[in-house]
Amino acid sequence: MIAALVSACKPAATDHTTVSFWAMGREGEVVAQLLPEFERRHPTIHVDLQQLPWTAAHEKLLTAFAGDALPDICQLGNTWVPEFAALGALEPLDDRVSTSITVAASDYFPGIWDTNVIDDVLLGVPWYVDTRLLFYRKDLLAAAGYDAAPTDWREWRAAMLAIKSKTGPDAYSILLPLDEFEPLLMLAIQQDDPLLDDRGTRGNFESAGFREAFDFYTSLFADDLAPRMSDTQISNVWNEFANGFFTFYITGPWNIGEFKRRLPADLADKWMTAPLPGLNGRGGGVAGGTSLVLFRDSPNKDAAWLLIEYFSEPAVQLRFHELTGDLPPRRSVWDDPGLAADPYARAFREQLEHAKGTPKVAEWERIANEMQRAAERVVRGGADTDATLKALDAEVDKILEKRRWLLEQAMTP
Amino acid sequence: MKSPTAGWLFVAPALIVIGVFFFLPVLAALLLSFTDFDLYALADIGNLRFVGLGNYIDLLQTPMFWKSLVNTFYFVLVGVPLSIAVSLGAALLLDSKLARFKGLYRTALFAPVVTTIVAVAVIWRYFFHTRYGLVNYTLGFIGIDPIDWLGDADWSMPTIILFAVWKNFGYNMIILLAGLQSIPQDLYEAARIDGASFWRQLRHITLPMLKPTMLLVAIITTSGYFQLFAEPYVMTRGGPLQSTTSVLYFMFEEGFRWWNLGRASAVAFLLFLLILGITALMLRIGRRGEDSA
Repeated sequence: MIAALVSACKPAATDHTTVSFWAMGREGEVVAQLLPEFERRHPTIHVDLQQLPWTAAHEKLLTAFAGDALPDICQLGNTWVPEFAALGALEPLDDRVSTSITVAASDYFPGIWDTNVIDDVLLGVPWYVDTRLLFYRKDLLAAAGYDAAPTDWREWRAAMLAIKSKTGPDAYSILLPLDEFEPLLMLAIQQDDPLLDDRGTRGNFESAGFREAFDFYTSLFADDLAPRMSDTQISNVWNEFANGFFTFYITGPWNIGEFKRRLPADLADKWMTAPLPGLNGRGGGVAGGTSLVLFRDSPNKDAAWLLIEYFSEPAVQLRFHELTGDLPPRRSVWDDPGLAADPYARAFREQLEHAKGTPKVAEWERIANEMQRAAERVVRGGADTDATLKALDAEVDKILEKRRWLLEQAMTP
Repeated sequence: MKSPTAGWLFVAPALIVIGVFFFLPVLAALLLSFTDFDLYALADIGNLRFVGLGNYIDLLQTPMFWKSLVNTFYFVLVGVPLSIAVSLGAALLLDSKLARFKGLYRTALFAPVVTTIVAVAVIWRYFFHTRYGLVNYTLGFIGIDPIDWLGDADWSMPTIILFAVWKNFGYNMIILLAGLQSIPQDLYEAARIDGASFWRQLRHITLPMLKPTMLLVAIITTSGYFQLFAEPYVMTRGGPLQSTTSVLYFMFEEGFRWWNLGRASAVAFLLFLLILGITALMLRIGRRGEDSA
């Protein structure tokens, strides 16, 4: 024990490199099992893994940036990439990828890959992906007269009305927690109109496309198809799903495992996943997930890049999927018979092909929160939609004021 | 030579510690509040803009800031009197000669103060659950329809107030109990000989004798309640419709969620001035009462 401590404190010998790697949440716990193989292949590299809880990760990364204490390589949520790009903390990866045999850009889902490209510079390599889509109760949907999941909004609404007429006032057709921006964002990102203007300097929430998604979302509450509830008010989504309190739920791949584990046995074959319906057919959604990034100030970039290549190998990705249930970003991994046959994962594969990234501005998360507050004002407060969206655009313009100023500075040197 | 230098030397360590760990950060925060320090400034200090009183002027024109101020005043104006009344009631019961198992009750009533707020919030969320909650279940027996305690913008703040009062009354109860026990018993004896009822004893002996303690309790509670944060953070996340967003919660979001540290510092100073002004006013009213008495 003491010997181990002493050797851990000893400075690494010159021919040895220690790569520090931060990983979050469940992935941080599981990824340790993949490291011995990497260290066996690269005997001179030692990986020093540190696990961060997701709730503290953002703050810890920013303070580490301020204090020059960032690791060599890190797992970064792909919505955080623009923020750390704005900080200038990330190492461009284009040259490394173009000479890499393992990391083949064309094998990745295009929407996911694109979230890592900021101003034409590649800053991260996707590690695992997610998008949110429909989880639904097959039995309740069938009881309402539908054999398959709806594919466009009109059919979806009709199905929800049919379900509601069966369940009565004590249950609902869909759960859309009012403090989660993701469901509305999923509907809004399907539209052709961008959420911000082309340079990401002003809000575009008064566009016809956003208006369509916003009206659809708020009408589900107005028609009593969705309960006016926040996440904090639902004690346990899995129980409520099992009780039939709602039939549709928009959530991500992590819930496949949770549903399998937490739903009672007699419901095991009564739920399924389906791609999100679109306004006219094919839907799509947000391309989410996390990427692996190198930090610009790292002295061990070459060794750290080897670790990224190792994690990107299809075989390693498959093993990672088996350990975590996280979905792989490479199409070739999806061709594995096990994954290809998984009925719950199939919908994700379909939706990931045309998933889109959110606007690449550092302020995005705040803007998404403001968007949701606007929706809540209409749903809970009965505010007027026109006025609310106008105020939302004004608010977003204010949030982006500094970004506009910086862009102007950059143009007039 | 003796006295001043030696004296300063003795207090120097304490002064240095206070200076470095209190006054310096406060000064830095004040300077920060005159800038637009944010994520971009963290990346490159060249992106920092000096905005003078801009943050303060901007805040006074931000509807959300005013809303959080109104919410905070609502919480303080209802919560503080309620909290002190409950504390006083509990202290009177514990002080009563008829009470048995005083030690047990004192511990039980003090227990909420030392519990972890995150853990009890989970239980309270179940209590106030619209469909399964004990509160609505009980109200159902007397024919009251279920209330959406945490989802209705009109009920969320009352729920937070109840939660905060329950969590905090034990602390004041202990202070008031100590105050009650220091009131000389012969005053009560004399009152009883004169035939004074319980309520008259309370009004003419207990409350006047408790006045200094009450003033202390009122000031501590008021300044504490103005800093409402943890209760909405764990119960409602400031919602629904921002009806439980307090000034401090607003500051937390500006500063630590969105990294607008300049604006957040300005909020902190406005809140500081507010608490300072109100506690000074309370002290003044309390003292004036003493002079006239």
